[in-house]
Amino acid sequence: MPEPQPNPTARQIWMGVLARCRPDRLAALMPDLAAHVVLRPAEVGAVMVRGRVGAVGSPFNLGEMSVTRCSVRLDDGAVGHGYVQGRDKGHARRAAVLDALMQTTQAPDLQATVLDVLIAEEAAGRQARAEKAASTRVEFFTLVRGEDK
Amino acid sequence: MYVAVKGGERAIDNAHAFLAEERRGDVSVPELSVDQIREQLKLAVNRVMAEGSLFDPDLAALAIKQARGDLIEAVFLIRAYRTTLPRLGASKPIDTSAMACVRRISATFKDAPGGQVLGPTFDYTHRLLDFKLLAEGEAPQAARAPAMPAAVPHIADFLNRDGLIEQDTANDTTPPDLTREPMELPASRALRLQAITRGDEGFILSMAYSTQRGYGRTHAFVGELRIGTVPVEMDIPELGFAIQIGEIEVTECETVNQFKGSKTEPPQFTRGYGLVFGQSERKAIAMSLVDRALRWKELGEDNSGAPAQDEEFVLMHADNIQATGFLEHIKLPHYVDFQAELEMVRHLRAEATREAAE
Repeated sequence: MPEPQPNPTARQIWMGVLARCRPDRLAALMPDLAAHVVLRPAEVGAVMVRGRVGAVGSPFNLGEMSVTRCSVRLDDGAVGHGYVQGRDKGHARRAAVLDALMQTTQAPDLQATVLDVLIAEEAAGRQARAEKAASTRVEFFTLVRGEDK
Repeated sequence: MYVAVKGGERAIDNAHAFLAEERRGDVSVPELSVDQIREQLKLAVNRVMAEGSLFDPDLAALAIKQARGDLIEAVFLIRAYRTTLPRLGASKPIDTSAMACVRRISATFKDAPGGQVLGPTFDYTHRLLDFKLLAEGEAPQAARAPAMPAAVPHIADFLNRDGLIEQDTANDTTPPDLTREPMELPASRALRLQAITRGDEGFILSMAYSTQRGYGRTHAFVGELRIGTVPVEMDIPELGFAIQIGEIEVTECETVNQFKGSKTEPPQFTRGYGLVFGQSERKAIAMSLVDRALRWKELGEDNSGAPAQDEEFVLMHADNIQATGFLEHIKLPHYVDFQAELEMVRHLRAEATREAAE
């Protein structure tokens, strides 16, 4: 069976949100980048995505996905890492800066103005798809058959 | 004697310019954008991602545009691009039981918990051309209904409870990777699944169809077919913990196959498995049939000599880039090879004529 997911930490949650969000949306919510030093320049790469045989058995290689990563350090020493889906280097750098800022006193403010907005938008998108899928659920009914009378 | 020849450069440059003009087509028609391809030719994008073996819808859409809609050429472009990317790591195995499903059906259990959810399917359409699409219309709107719980259990779990179906057990061995080491036969099931999921849809479809027609029959039912998104998680060394690095759409198919038992296994249902990038249900179903057919040895079944049971035949011919590379290279200049052939045929003819005269 797949290993149970332990409750994610706050940092795991925000890094996941930043990985999945659209680059232009993040840029719109956080247009200015705080002063920082780039520790590892943004790099586009591939991650091999694995599945499991029969959904639960041995791992196998399904195929790769594009991922971009970047690491930065703020002037106050906070180090941030960005790992984002796709090939947008600006996205990875912005995610790294936000990851670093979330370790500072600015965290509550950024949580409200950036992350909570992204989380709400993602949830709304998921909810919309789930509702459309639910509308296609089959409601079986049984016809009365002649010989049963 | 080998004579080197040069002189095609101008012709090649001009051929590429001609290709570019043809790609654009009639300039009085608006140019197709990559965004339009990604959003409106999504199933073509999915196929290029699956066979290109790289999940990136923007790149797949670009490849389709560049390849003028030739999907194998587009797959070729993606395969070439992915070789330039450094490998940042491997994900944890995705958990498809946590899939946010837009489609989930079972052909074996009508009342499966979680229900039969049809999703955006071509099934039950009449396959009549819709001439309304010739005109630009308003954006269609899907109906809505209260959403069901996010995670839907796998249907195989229900058969597991009665011990009627073979069990897969989890382990965390590192799977072989045919993009890193040449494929070795006999292949493990993990290696076979990697080769099939990136294999040509048409080839996998025909192999699967051949098993249904009797060449290595496996009596497959679609136990479950599901399409939806799953998060992808990876351990990040510099962090010391795993994070989600994105979300992908996949199609998963599990077949339930009749199995009368063998020398080594009791009568029970056996399973075939298909997992493919994107909404690719024909491929996922075909993959699970071919997976099951290739499992004859481990289940102690007879080899009937069917092509779909022949691991080497299936795995070495499934890749359309290898296939098209070898096939299409014969159109490139073979002047010297052919000159040798010509010499040999002339020689043989001369001999045969002389012998006939004697």
